[in-house]
Amino acid sequence: MTAPQVGAPRAEPSDVATSDLARPRLARHVRLSFCRTRQRHILQLPETVVVLRGSGADILELCDGRRTVGEIVAELATRYRDVPGDEVRRFLDGLAARRCVEFSRGGETTDG
Amino acid sequence: MDSPFGLLAELTYRCPLACAYCSNPVNMADYTDELSTDEWRRVLAEAADLGVLQCHLSGGEPLLRRDLVDIATAGHDAGLYTNLVTSALGLSRARAEQLRAVVDHVQVSIQADEPAISDGIAGTPSFHRKIEAMGLVKELGWPLTVNVVLHRKNIDRVADVLRLAEEVGADRVELANTQYYGWAWRNRDALLPSREQLEAAEVVVRAARERLRDRMDVIYVIPDYYSRYPKPCMGGWAARQLTVTPNGDVLPCPAAQSLPLPRASVRDDPLEKIWTQAPVMAAFRGTDWMPDPCRSCDRRELDFGGCRCQAFQLTGDAARTDPVCHLSPDHALVTAAVQAANERRTTEALAPRPHRVRQR
Repeated sequence: MTAPQVGAPRAEPSDVATSDLARPRLARHVRLSFCRTRQRHILQLPETVVVLRGSGADILELCDGRRTVGEIVAELATRYRDVPGDEVRRFLDGLAARRCVEFSRGGETTDG
Repeated sequence: MDSPFGLLAELTYRCPLACAYCSNPVNMADYTDELSTDEWRRVLAEAADLGVLQCHLSGGEPLLRRDLVDIATAGHDAGLYTNLVTSALGLSRARAEQLRAVVDHVQVSIQADEPAISDGIAGTPSFHRKIEAMGLVKELGWPLTVNVVLHRKNIDRVADVLRLAEEVGADRVELANTQYYGWAWRNRDALLPSREQLEAAEVVVRAARERLRDRMDVIYVIPDYYSRYPKPCMGGWAARQLTVTPNGDVLPCPAAQSLPLPRASVRDDPLEKIWTQAPVMAAFRGTDWMPDPCRSCDRRELDFGGCRCQAFQLTGDAARTDPVCHLSPDHALVTAAVQAANERRTTEALAPRPHRVRQR
């Protein structure tokens, strides 16, 4: 798997705080789409755009508020030979710090 | 040349408010021949083809366009992230419900946390309607940004402003120090805060950011008159953003209409041709136009020489270094204004912008 990356400004590497039981989803004000002109997946926000590189979009497409981080890593492992769980968690943490991704915990339900 | 990311669609300069800090052009009469619904549809489709990803539906007050839902739908259908930038006056429940499906995000302005002060700055009773509209935005599950323009007459209330944003459940709050263009330029001396005011506000903002980290984004737009270096205006001239004015003029930024540059209009040419070829776009693109000290400065790719419109306003030459920069040979123009703001003890009157141009 290619390392998930976001375009400038890059998500800062941070300590991995995300637990495998957290259920990530995109924040309400964030939209994931594909830009034809740039041939890249992007996150659209009110004032900024995040250009995704590598496997970032694959990860975020699985962030539906129902799957746990553990399940997302497992799902990615069925598609790619080598899935570094820590990198997925760090990528999600970075986006959470920029409020692009939110987590709900344990058995909490989400209504998207 | 890169594709632009954002389009500021200024749908009209008519507005129910009369804020003296408004950055709309003072020559509003030149913009009354507004683009039609179909013209906006074409512009938004062309923008998406050009690579634009976000569209800010702004003004004036965009809700004064009766066809706002149609225009927003065109943006949405073109795949743009649509952002409604509004005073919220005119955001009825029926209108909001129609817009909900095609507008991704709503930014509502308010002028202060206290009704009488807010209404005084807005020049019309509006505070309570704005609070009500913010509630409606939240009720409809829309992401909400509360925007407050800060200046000498409200910056001391920034803690209360933050509390209000928290109470209405804003996802983001934008505390934007006034930028001195249009009507704000005319009112600069009455609006420019003192250093003491700014320093007190910044302490409050820093603490609020920490406290609200998990709940609300606190965006603080610094006042460039007090900065050592200029702002990286628009991320560079015609590099990332473009503006279409109510009559179809295309500009690198909303203030650039003040510069003596040839006009480009969506009524004459496709957006792609304007972006790539129009003299108004090419004028200050990149770094070749730069004079010293910018030309040899390590920061030339960081702040792009600052703001061309500010350079023009202060020096009469748009190709000079932004005088805000402490390295600018014209920096004394800014220090003089700042010094006056810090010595001033009297309150100067504000000249309100008119709601609309009188029909002649």
